[in-house]
Amino acid sequence: MTEQSTSEKRAEVLDVTHLEGGYGPIQVLHGFDFHVAEGEVVVILGANGAGKTTTLRAVSGMIQRTGTIKLRGEDISSATPPEVVRKGVAHVPQGRGTLPELSVEDNLRVGAYIRSDDEVDADMDQWFDIYPVLRERRNQRAGSLSGGEQQMLAVARALMSRPSLLLLDEPSLGLAPIIVQDLFDRFSHINKDTGTTMLIVEQNAQLALGIADRGYVLESGHIQIEGPADDLIHDDAIRKAYLGV
Amino acid sequence: MELFINRIFDGLSNGATYALIAMALVMIFKATTLINFAQGEFAMFGGFIAYVLATERGVPMWGAVVLAMVISALLAAGIERTLIRPFDPADHLPLVIITLGLFLAINAVAGIVWRFDPRAFPELFPSGNAASIGGANLSWYTIFTLLTVLVVAGALTLLLNKTKIGLAFRAVSSNLESSELVGIKVGPTLQFGWAIAAAVGTLAVAVFVATPVRQIEPNVMITGLIFAVSAAALGGLDSLGGAIVGGLAIGLVQSIVVPYVGVPSELSLLAAVVVLMLVLLFKPSGLFGTPAVERV
Repeated sequence: MTEQSTSEKRAEVLDVTHLEGGYGPIQVLHGFDFHVAEGEVVVILGANGAGKTTTLRAVSGMIQRTGTIKLRGEDISSATPPEVVRKGVAHVPQGRGTLPELSVEDNLRVGAYIRSDDEVDADMDQWFDIYPVLRERRNQRAGSLSGGEQQMLAVARALMSRPSLLLLDEPSLGLAPIIVQDLFDRFSHINKDTGTTMLIVEQNAQLALGIADRGYVLESGHIQIEGPADDLIHDDAIRKAYLGV
Repeated sequence: MELFINRIFDGLSNGATYALIAMALVMIFKATTLINFAQGEFAMFGGFIAYVLATERGVPMWGAVVLAMVISALLAAGIERTLIRPFDPADHLPLVIITLGLFLAINAVAGIVWRFDPRAFPELFPSGNAASIGGANLSWYTIFTLLTVLVVAGALTLLLNKTKIGLAFRAVSSNLESSELVGIKVGPTLQFGWAIAAAVGTLAVAVFVATPVRQIEPNVMITGLIFAVSAAALGGLDSLGGAIVGGLAIGLVQSIVVPYVGVPSELSLLAAVVVLMLVLLFKPSGLFGTPAVERV
């Protein structure tokens, strides 16, 4: 029965059940389920301390966690971060996702660390075309770029591994509104052009729901609300709590 | 004048050894922001391995040095895996205590195996003088020790900038978490740094004692390490070029400033410590180091 119903739906890229995790004795995630289907953009909303970042860190294997995390049906619940990357998940961490002492070019090169094909240079050129500022500054230290440029570099670096799932942790953090809008438009384009599945964690609900297919609202380590992005945008509770209207 | 120039040459050739050990320290510092206080003893041990291979096993001298570099690299990789990796890399105090423990342990083991009597080390470079400048003699030994520094610096620079493991090593040095998130296995990458540092250290000691005026014995690197730490700090701790400049500068301070200021030679170590102190006080990032920048 389940086989029939899943074959009609899009394949699940990420399927997480009863996720628990935290830091040492402090439990942050209190057992919840979520899933991301092929080609989808899914957003996890929530206030500071709700467990958004921790959720992504659990998927990437950066913290101790329990529950089941399945990537295309394969259990990655106990995989280490380097193993998770090799299985096709790229994670742009919060804030400084770049390697500040390395040049822009080396940041992109190291993004392709797990690849051994000969198209790395071509991919790099493609990113230089999309973000010409990166080409201009290819030999500069990444740490010398502006916040917005570093965030672009961090995303490009993550995509250099040719992931099937991209995890973005608060990409809007600390960026000017006009830059943030441009950044999210680009995420939307990347999703449509390359079919890269995305799981985005954000505080800026309006912006994130604008490009997302579906959304979850996380509160104190539990998922409170879930649904299609269009419904969430018009949900009164969410509008009050997260959209400030 | 003749004495002065001779002291410059002496300073440069001593400084070359400090520079080599300082480069080994820099390799580990870059990756872990940790000073490996056992680096000098690693190097001494490697030097003894070369000595044994050459004098007791009949391996040609340079072959013995290269073989000893490989063996000491493997030993250091083993030590990293068993004694360093189990600890939190961000918590420095336990790691510093471990390197101090290794310092004492390796020194003691070398003393048990080879005893503390100095032994003559075979020469690696042509003997005699290459040139006479102002009455002072520039020996081939001095020239070749300086060349060794340049060759090692060149090789390390190529390794770090042109190879995949070098890229991984620089990434880990820059940001541990982001490195893991691009698929780099941090443990083996740091282990590679420890291995390379040990190999460079072994070469440093072999070159240092490959002259009739010095001999190898288990305490050969104890003062050398202090000079090398000062050199690395002066150069900036994370800069290979800085390690060279720092090493040569400390060598020159030791051979020129100390006698002219009239410091008893027993206190020459003090000069290095004073330099170290001044650097930490006025320019903590050294001459060529990357200043620590914290975004807030």
